[in-house]
Amino acid sequence: MKILVPIKRVVDAYVKVRVKSDNSGIELTNTKMSINPFCEIAVEEAIRLKEQGKADEVIVVSIGTSASREQIRTALALGADRGILVETELEARPLSVAKILKVLVEKEGIDLVILGKQSIDSDNNQVGQMLAALTGFPQGTFACKVEVDNGSIVVTREIDGGEQTVSLKLPAVVTTDLRLNEPRYASLPNIMKAKKKPIDIVSPEEIGVVVESKIKTLRVEAPPQRTAGIIVASVDELIAKLKSEARVI
Amino acid sequence: MKVLIVAEHDNSSLKACTLNTVAAGLKLHDQVDVLVAGSDCQQVVDQAAVIQGVDKVIVADNPANAHQLPEAIAPLVAHIGKDYSHILAPASTTGKNLMPRVAALLDVGQVSDIIDIKSSDTFVRPIYAGNAIATVLSEEAIKVITVRMTAFDEAAEGGNAEVVSSDFVVNQELSTFVGEDLSVSERPELTAATVVISGGRGMQNGENFVLLEKIADKLGAAIGASRAAVDAGFVPNDMQVGQTGKIVAPELYIAVGISGAIQHLAGMKESRVIVAINKDPDAPIFQVADYGLVADLFQALPELESKL
Repeated sequence: MKILVPIKRVVDAYVKVRVKSDNSGIELTNTKMSINPFCEIAVEEAIRLKEQGKADEVIVVSIGTSASREQIRTALALGADRGILVETELEARPLSVAKILKVLVEKEGIDLVILGKQSIDSDNNQVGQMLAALTGFPQGTFACKVEVDNGSIVVTREIDGGEQTVSLKLPAVVTTDLRLNEPRYASLPNIMKAKKKPIDIVSPEEIGVVVESKIKTLRVEAPPQRTAGIIVASVDELIAKLKSEARVI
Repeated sequence: MKVLIVAEHDNSSLKACTLNTVAAGLKLHDQVDVLVAGSDCQQVVDQAAVIQGVDKVIVADNPANAHQLPEAIAPLVAHIGKDYSHILAPASTTGKNLMPRVAALLDVGQVSDIIDIKSSDTFVRPIYAGNAIATVLSEEAIKVITVRMTAFDEAAEGGNAEVVSSDFVVNQELSTFVGEDLSVSERPELTAATVVISGGRGMQNGENFVLLEKIADKLGAAIGASRAAVDAGFVPNDMQVGQTGKIVAPELYIAVGISGAIQHLAGMKESRVIVAINKDPDAPIFQVADYGLVADLFQALPELESKL
C-alpha cells in the first residue's frame, strides 16, 4: 500500500500572528514557520502504518514556495520515504490544492491519502473532502483512530458530541484530528538520513493544474481587542458581578 | 438569488444549528429553501417547515441517506444545489465533512465558517483561529458556505413552507456506517454550551477536575481544558480548548488555573464574558478577562460552588 501525506508550511502554532499594516494579510517576514500540527499527525499515522507492515511507502507532498522543502525534510526525518514539492509562488487555495493532489494520487497509484483536517493559518478544513470528491474516494474526516484491514479502512471520527465509526473501501482519504496520535520527535540519525532522501520538484504547470481561485481575500484585520476588565476582591463580588452586571448566571 | 440550506438532524429532530444557518441565509435573501436528506425523517421535515422565512422544504427520504454519509449526500446536495446561488450548512462537524465534497463536485471553492455577511458575495471569516479576521469575496457562480452557529441568531418559528420530495438517490458502497458513540453526559457539548468552565495546569491533576464538575453541574456548563492540562495528562485531548483544539464562544467562559497562552486564548476569546481565576496576578489570562479573581483555586472553587 502506498500512502500520500500532503503537508503544509504554516506559521508556528505558538507564534502570535500580526496583521500587516496595509491589511493585506498576515506578517510572515521573520516569523517562525513549522509543519502544520494536523499534518504532523498525518505523517506520524502514515509512518505507524508502515511500521505495522500495512504500508510499503510513505510519500509526502507539499505545495508552496521552495521554503516548504524544510517541512518536507522534517517529515522525511520522521520517517517518510520521499518527498514531492509542487513549487509555486502563488497561494494555492483548497480547490487548486485538491486538483494538484488528484493528479499525484493517480500518477503515483496511491491507496491511502492521510492529511490534516485543516491548516491552522487559513482554517478552511476543505482539502481532504475536496480531494475525495475529485478522486471519487470515500472520506474519513477528523479521524481519531484508523485501522487498515484487507482492502478497507475503519475510521473512527470525532463528531460533535461523540464519535462515529465508518468503514471505507480503499483507496480512501483520511483527515486527522488531534487525538489520532502523538507525533514522535525526529532523532538525530534520522535527521541526517533524511538529508539523503529524494525530494522531487515539479511545477503546477507540469502537473497540468492552473493555480487560481474565484475566492479572494479583500482585507485582513485584527480581531476586536478585548480589554482587561476588573479584578474582583472575592468570590462574593464575582458572583454579584456575574449576576447583576454581566447577567450570565 | 436562491438560497439552499442543508438541514442538520438525526432523522428525528432538527438541530438548532440549522436555525442559525437559516438566519444567515435570510441575510442573503428574504426566503430560503431547506434540504432535509435522511431516512424516515418526517418529523424533521415538519420542524423545518415551520421555520420563518423558509419557502420550500425539499425532502430526500431514503434508506440510502440514513446515516447521511457524505459519499451519498454530497452528490444529492450538488444535484439539488446546482440551481441555487448559495448553499449553506452549519460549520458543525457534519457540515464541515459534507460541504467541501459538495463544492468540489460543483467545481467551486468554498467559504468556510463565516461569521458575517457583507453582501451576496462578500463574507467575513476568522483565520488563524480567530487571531485575524478576513473579508473574502467569492466570485463563484454557486457560493458554498459553512456558517459559524454562534455568529448568527436562531431563525424564529411561524412559517408554513411547502414540502416537496426529491427522488434523487445515490446508492453507494464506498463507505458504510459502523457505529456511533455519542456521549451520554448530562453536560452540554463543549462547542455548543452557553457556559464553559476550563481548567489548566494549575488544577495539578485530573482528579481535581471534580471541583470544576461540581460548578459545571450548577451552571449547566461544559468542561474544557488548556493544552497544558491535556499535555500533562490530566484530561483527554477532546476537552482541549485552543488553536489546535476546540474553538468555543459561550456566553460565559470561566478559566481556572490557566495562564492564558496564545494557543488557549485563540480558542476562547470570542466568549462574551470571560472570568479568570488564577493565583498569579501577572498571568496573561487577566488581560482578556472581564472579571479576574486572584486566588488559590482550591479555596475559590469550593466557595464558588457553595454560593452559586
